[in-house]
Amino acid sequence: MSGATHGTPAVAERVGTLDAPRSPYVRKRTTRGNYELYSWVFMRASGVVLVVLVFGHLFVNLMVGEGVKAIDFAFVGGKWSSPFWQIWDLLMLWLAMIHGTNGLRTIINDYAERDVTRGVLKGLLYLAFTIVVVLGTLVIFTFEPCPVGADPELLASFCTA
Amino acid sequence: MTAVMEKADAQPKAGEIPSFDVTIKVRRFNPEGDAAGESHWDEFRITAYGTDRVLDALHKIKWEHDGSLTFRRSCAHGVCGSDAMRINGRNRLACKTLLKDINPQRPITVEPIKGLPVVKDLVVDMEPFFASYREIMPFLITKGNEPTKERIQSAEQRERFDDTTKCILCAACTSSCPVFWTDGQYFGPAAIVNAHRFIFDSRDEGAQQRLEILNDKEGVWRCRTTFNCTEACPRGIEVTKAIQEVKRAMITRAF
Repeated sequence: MSGATHGTPAVAERVGTLDAPRSPYVRKRTTRGNYELYSWVFMRASGVVLVVLVFGHLFVNLMVGEGVKAIDFAFVGGKWSSPFWQIWDLLMLWLAMIHGTNGLRTIINDYAERDVTRGVLKGLLYLAFTIVVVLGTLVIFTFEPCPVGADPELLASFCTA
Repeated sequence: MTAVMEKADAQPKAGEIPSFDVTIKVRRFNPEGDAAGESHWDEFRITAYGTDRVLDALHKIKWEHDGSLTFRRSCAHGVCGSDAMRINGRNRLACKTLLKDINPQRPITVEPIKGLPVVKDLVVDMEPFFASYREIMPFLITKGNEPTKERIQSAEQRERFDDTTKCILCAACTSSCPVFWTDGQYFGPAAIVNAHRFIFDSRDEGAQQRLEILNDKEGVWRCRTTFNCTEACPRGIEVTKAIQEVKRAMITRAF
């Protein structure tokens, strides 16, 4: 019935590993709670808000008036002397950082196979998050648009007034 | 020259059923010979007919070439869900896949489903899979006195969860999920599909408990909607859609 065969074991090339039989593979513990639910909802909500914030930012910085050529120290100094832009940029910084960090957290959870690797990667991620957010927030609120002794040519118009 | 000869060979005798030769590459693991975690490919060349399925090819190998080839099958008609395997890199039921449909010109690879521990050859340990199935309580939960007659349900109420009643627990979906492959902690699509079957059943009153169980770090929120499960399901269940419906039920419950 069957035609030409080279019947039993022909090639025995070694291929990648398979899980050992009956390796312990039981869910470690129940981890119920609303944390993942809220993080899932946050990702959707912050995504929508970020679209508005980021494109608003790009439009104001790059398209309005002189466009991209207007950006210099004076331009940024002028923007950050207004509470509106301070809050805009603060929101953008925090939402983008939490959104991105949470996204990377889920990717680490999905792809890290060992608990140690997962822990180390997440530790580095949270460290980077803390540094960027603290530094960014500090800059937005302590920014000095009119430093003493600077060339008035480079400063915003309201410094010399 | 060869073309002429082939043409002469190809002349079918009257009443003969056309056949073709096909190479089957099976990924094998022998727990008594191979070191733990090592597997190898075996190749078999067999003659098949247009009506032959991958399962028929495996039978032919086991019965005529190598009796040690090990795989599960029961009904052989796509209902029992025993013979889910990775055929040409995709999860399918061996008994529902015709050889002629998956390009028999090239070797056809057959592997055990991924993410579950291999016991021997194509047989995997299904226990972790059934453990998460049991966790979602796949049985009717009711309160109060039992009705003296049957529990009444309208056609529309039945329609609500009709899709997820089709599951045969073959594990093709769960073992096609990249999130499940990593550490096997995720409940998996099959468990969520079977929870969906009861959550949206008007006769059942255990929906809150099941949502609570699946509102887990390893529950529905680990679904990344890659649609591997929907593609793998041999019963054509819209698995990803069912998971999203469970997510939505959780969100409306929380807010």
